[in-house]
Amino acid sequence: MKIGKLSAALLAATMLTATSTAQAETLRLLTWGGYAPEEVIQKFEEKYPDIDVAVTLSNNEEMIAKLRATGGAGFDLAQPSHDRIYAAHLEYSIYKPMDLSKIDTSVMEPKLLDGVKANTTIDGQVYAVPHQWGTSGLMADKSKAPEIKSWGDLCDPQYKGKTSMRLRRTILLGTAFAMGEDPFAAYADLGKYQAILDKVVDKLIACKENVKAYWQGGDDLAALMLSGEVVASETWDSTAYKLYSQNPNIVFVPPATGALAWIDTFVLPRKGEADEAAYKWINFVLQPEIVKIMSASTGGTAAVKGGKDLLPDDKKAAVNAAFTDADMANLKFFANIPPGVEDMEGKALEKIKAATGG
Amino acid sequence: MRQSDFRRLSLILLFAPFALWILLLIVLPHIGMGVLALREKVAPRVYEFGFGNFLEFMHEPIYWNTLIRTGSMSLLVTALALLIGFPIAYYIAKIAGPRSRGALFLVCLIPLWVSDLIRAFGWILLLRETGVISSALQAAGLIDAPVELLYNDATVVIGLVYTVILFMIVPLVSTLDGMDNAMIEAGYNLGGNGFTVLRRIIIPYAMPGIVAGCIIVFMLTAGSYLTPILLGGKYSSWFTETIYQQFITRYNWEGGAAFGFLLLAFTSAVVWIGLKLSRQTLAGTVAKS
Amino acid sequence: MTASSEFDLECEAVSKSFGPVRAVDEVSVKIPSGSFFSILGPSGCGKTTLMRMIAGFEDPSSGDIRIKGRSVVDVPPNKRNVKMVFQHLALFPMMNVYENIAYGLRCNGVGKAEIGRRVTDVLERIALPDVGERQIHQLSGGQKQRIAIARCMVLDPDVLLLDEPLGALDLKLREAMKIELKLLQHQFNTTFVYITHDQSEALVMSDRVAVMNNGRFEQIGTPQELYHRPASAFVAGFVGDANRWSGRVVEVSNPHARIETSAGLSALCALGNGQKLRPGDRVEVFVRPEFIRAERLNGAPTPDGNGLTGTVDSLLFNGANSRVLVRSKNAELIEADVTLTGGADDLKPGEAVRLSWSPEQAKCFAAEAATA
Repeated sequence: MKIGKLSAALLAATMLTATSTAQAETLRLLTWGGYAPEEVIQKFEEKYPDIDVAVTLSNNEEMIAKLRATGGAGFDLAQPSHDRIYAAHLEYSIYKPMDLSKIDTSVMEPKLLDGVKANTTIDGQVYAVPHQWGTSGLMADKSKAPEIKSWGDLCDPQYKGKTSMRLRRTILLGTAFAMGEDPFAAYADLGKYQAILDKVVDKLIACKENVKAYWQGGDDLAALMLSGEVVASETWDSTAYKLYSQNPNIVFVPPATGALAWIDTFVLPRKGEADEAAYKWINFVLQPEIVKIMSASTGGTAAVKGGKDLLPDDKKAAVNAAFTDADMANLKFFANIPPGVEDMEGKALEKIKAATGG
Repeated sequence: MRQSDFRRLSLILLFAPFALWILLLIVLPHIGMGVLALREKVAPRVYEFGFGNFLEFMHEPIYWNTLIRTGSMSLLVTALALLIGFPIAYYIAKIAGPRSRGALFLVCLIPLWVSDLIRAFGWILLLRETGVISSALQAAGLIDAPVELLYNDATVVIGLVYTVILFMIVPLVSTLDGMDNAMIEAGYNLGGNGFTVLRRIIIPYAMPGIVAGCIIVFMLTAGSYLTPILLGGKYSSWFTETIYQQFITRYNWEGGAAFGFLLLAFTSAVVWIGLKLSRQTLAGTVAKS
Repeated sequence: MTASSEFDLECEAVSKSFGPVRAVDEVSVKIPSGSFFSILGPSGCGKTTLMRMIAGFEDPSSGDIRIKGRSVVDVPPNKRNVKMVFQHLALFPMMNVYENIAYGLRCNGVGKAEIGRRVTDVLERIALPDVGERQIHQLSGGQKQRIAIARCMVLDPDVLLLDEPLGALDLKLREAMKIELKLLQHQFNTTFVYITHDQSEALVMSDRVAVMNNGRFEQIGTPQELYHRPASAFVAGFVGDANRWSGRVVEVSNPHARIETSAGLSALCALGNGQKLRPGDRVEVFVRPEFIRAERLNGAPTPDGNGLTGTVDSLLFNGANSRVLVRSKNAELIEADVTLTGGADDLKPGEAVRLSWSPEQAKCFAAEAATA
């Protein structure tokens, strides 16, 4: 066991690109690109001159890998999505409970707060609060692919070689919904979920011919769409909104089965050393004027009351062009990932990637 | 007595950084990885000792196929790098004047001045369907519809060759540089034609450099990540990507560690076979150049 | 063609320019079959360039090169039957001795059995019958030398070129190899063209020597001719040792001239070959040490001819080649051969001596020739 810990620590040493040394006055933030804009950090440091903010940019998978490598040390505040907390903590014990009394939860959108609380309560203790939320869905160039309505349409032969998707779990879930399944419901029965996954894998392997390339990141996707090489793709809404401001033909399309909604949260890593500073940061970024700056930078919507109104104007227009009220009601929030599901999904993705098609 | 103590101390001081480097950055992580690879996950937070992670590799053809694919593409890259690099190295070592030699070396170094990522994006800008080359060909009237040059194996191979060719050229230049020009002239003088001189004299003489370059290039290629991921298409899988998937997407560090060892074992085996076939030793090639 | 085939190698007005530099300038020579011919000259005189043209590694700017009467100017190096022993031998380190020798035969498409026979044969002829399986780095310097020659000779060349192959050897071995090369040449009875800057190598081994300077042949002749009848000041100075004075002609009385050196010595000397001198011309005078007699001053009558007195500055003992350095009254140093037996008769430093030599042994040449 000791060797295991040692090896984990060593692995961490080799994997971490930036390791910050622990200092009482430093707030080490592990978050997404755009979630800690320079302007916000500046304002925060002005208000709390004794706190330095150090930012490490990452994504869901890497956040968990980094925290797992150190057993939850090295960072004071992390921002994984709400579905990446429960199982990850059960398996690797990387977070610590939150003291909600230190957070001004009154400004948060109650629906989102309750949702996150419900998803991240372990042994009666709450581990996360919401920060930003957004959706994953489809993006289409209306002038070239007006008929994109559902996840399955990416496999429509009339767009052969002109669609794209990211080989991550979102497309697995989306495709499952499009096939009439409810993968989240099947999480309770992994055998059933595996059956759904098998079907999804077959479908996506068959669809491979139709896909031009699997995109890897937002820039990648933006270039594919703007150049017209791809006319429809799976996307994050924020990327679609960004492209809308450059080409109004490119819109976010909530799939018929509902856009998949994610909530990025605040959590405290288990061995975080600056909890007070972390709470200060959380409360600070929930203030309306900061939310405005933040939303312009993240592309998501803040999980505060009236968050949509605090969006920048161009983004508001993009959202209005994309979502009807019915779409909003139809949102599917990512369900908690139970232990083992990541492995099943990972294997499914590997199969799709390795398939040579025909 | 004092003198010898002093000498021993300076020896230790000189050796210490190397020993620390080997121990902390090579040996210990590998032990850690080895331990990790031999842990089987049976339930959350419950692990057992076993070879299950390796067995999973054996039983799953997609991993096998990806490894074989990575290996054979790496061999192809190595062969191309040798084919392209040898004339370049020969030119630099034997034909170019001493002044242009430095400049030529610098030109070969250029790919290394920018990061992997920037390099890959450079290729993407050039090769994509709406990219520079496709547009230029259309403008020149050579093609009438955009052509996609990105997202296929050929692109991956080109990108990798471009990235690694310097590592082929440097050992080749250093061995060819050590070759007396008179040896080539003697080859002609004794009646050999250009091909004979190349096959019987230049190549055998350069063999240590060739093998050293091939080993370095093969290892670099098989272990590369960004170039195959960014330039590769939907059918281009690379074993390092599989390892990354294990570690990051599947949270399966145990499997990832096992795969890492398999890649190491596989590339080592290929290098060993290569050394046997070329009748060279590691000490006579990589260590020399 | 038959008429010219008594010459294995002929050069006719061969020139080579590198940009503005004329490395080889109108060189013509005919080398008879089976002879040992040396090209002797200081480094940078163009001898290596000439050899490389003969081997085919450089193209002459003008002129013609013929081997066995046939022009080879347009023949690539690998098709010329001229083989070359390189300065550093250029044996192939990745092949063993057998493979090194067999290489040329293989290139010529000789059959396997025939190769084996000829390699064994040539190894026997160079008296190294058992080294076939050795690696090159296992051979001694002299053995390498012989293998390098065998590698060429196995191909039966019309001409064998040797580019200062003894340069890298130590003195003792070099002396031994000189003799051995000469013997090998006799044994193979092939034309050897030997390039060197070392006059003793050229004199000892060669049937004929060409002295080369500034891209031109100054003189071609037997070693004795070069030594005793140098055609130019350069040859007189380069071949063998000589005391050298510069001076001015006082009067000419064929075949002799009286000159006065810049140090004030007046002497009678023989005009060099073809030299036409007038009083007042600047000249160079050469007298070899072995033609200067050094005697202790003892009041005996002064013999006829040239002479001067001085004191012994130092003795240069070298066995049979011992010399004495004499400082003349005008503070010039003059070398003369003496016999030092180790007895009481030997000259000692500080003794007064008289030096004398016959006018026939003092050669004078117009100074322009020396500075050209």
